Amino acid sequence: MSFGEITLDLLQNFAQNGLIFLLTLLGAIPLGLIITFGSMSKFVPLKYLTKTFVWVIRGTPLVLQLFVVMYVPGLVFNTPMSSRITAVLIAFIINYAAYFSEIYRGGIESIPKGQYEAGQVLGMTKRQIFTRIVLFQVVKRIVPPMGNEIITLVKDTSLARVIAYSEIIMAAERYTSKGLIWPLFYTAVFFLVFVGVLTLLFGYIEKKLDYYKG
Amino acid sequence: MAESILKVDGIIKSFGSVQVLKNISFTLEKGQVLAIIGSSGSGKTTLLRCLNFLETPDGGTITVDGKLLIDGAEHKKMTDSEIRANRLHFGLVFQSFNLFPQYTAFHNITLAPTLALKDEIKSKGLKGKAAIDYKAERMSQIESDALALLERVGLSEKRDSYPCELSGGQCQRVAIARALAMTPDILCFDEPTSALDPELTGEVLNVIRGLKSKDTTMVVVTHEMEFARGVADKVIFMANGVIEEEGTAEELFLNPKSPNLRAFLNKAKNK
Repeated sequence: MSFGEITLDLLQNFAQNGLIFLLTLLGAIPLGLIITFGSMSKFVPLKYLTKTFVWVIRGTPLVLQLFVVMYVPGLVFNTPMSSRITAVLIAFIINYAAYFSEIYRGGIESIPKGQYEAGQVLGMTKRQIFTRIVLFQVVKRIVPPMGNEIITLVKDTSLARVIAYSEIIMAAERYTSKGLIWPLFYTAVFFLVFVGVLTLLFGYIEKKLDYYKG
Repeated sequence: MAESILKVDGIIKSFGSVQVLKNISFTLEKGQVLAIIGSSGSGKTTLLRCLNFLETPDGGTITVDGKLLIDGAEHKKMTDSEIRANRLHFGLVFQSFNLFPQYTAFHNITLAPTLALKDEIKSKGLKGKAAIDYKAERMSQIESDALALLERVGLSEKRDSYPCELSGGQCQRVAIARALAMTPDILCFDEPTSALDPELTGEVLNVIRGLKSKDTTMVVVTHEMEFARGVADKVIFMANGVIEEEGTAEELFLNPKSPNLRAFLNKAKNK
């Protein structure tokens, strides 16, 4: 097979990595916020339940979580996972939402109490204070750690192959088993280009939000 | 004699086992300026925070214009919207300004009135064209009020500046305009110049002096004795959670009775 053909094959498989990446972000970014509210709740049982959940998710390998989501429904509840992509997305979204929730929490807790009090004495509601004053400042503060986590996600998408979901590394390994080793190393180029674009994007967002200090 | 605009009666507040306010009572007439002085930890700021609903007193009452706003014993029963309505009788200017960094000076001033307008439209049940017309009319009022306030604090040319582009003194002047935009009955200042470089305190104190009028009632917690003496109609000296001495500026500054106040004034003079 020619270089061009292999490139095309790898690229088609890399589209699966891109799909996992995109759908995971779409699910995990809002779910993370819900988890944040749970872990910051004044209702103590909810708070500790959420914190335990975050501990379990962050405390076990994502690979293991993929296996659990893929096989436990079938083995234990006799309702096998309908498709591999569903299992991949459930595991990735939950896993990343747990990490995002902690980044959000750090961001929210870093906003000085005076910002809330200033809103309060001006007669704003709790919701207005959050959406009009706090949220934007949080977004600005969490862009660098979110960028970090999102770049990690790009590379983690390859873990989908452990439950036989075909993506770029799995495709490259098919060549390796036929005795062709270079496509496996060549996959690095795809990741580097993707992460490079994301790095530029995050740099741009940071610059855009830099119109004020504080 | 006119009815007092502010009546504070028997306010008690503890943090854990420490009682920081022990039965604080005073009254204030409309248009008067009250200066609260005293050393750090005397309870001045906590008293101001109680007035602004940032702390809940354990006992005592606060009445504005004959309307009972806070009853320390009954406080838990108040709903969020009651608290919000009641606290708007007061405005508060913070020691550390607490401007919203992502908004311009102008937007800092208009934000709260704009949000209040949205609530008002909702509660009036206005819909469609009526809501749009009403909103447009009130918005232009809010904006022209904000410009007038910026002019009043001498910052018309800074309307589009962000807080990070302003000096501390300018920030505090914007914060004063922001508090005035909600037209409080009583405007409170919590050590408004303590976070400023000495050369910037003058401009802020001048703005506060300029606000003094028969309609503006102010409560100022301050360490600026000269300012308190010059601007206050009434002065309260607090020590260890009680009002140790109160009276006119003349009485307290020229003829202090309690040894604590005398020691405090001497220390302030020698600073």
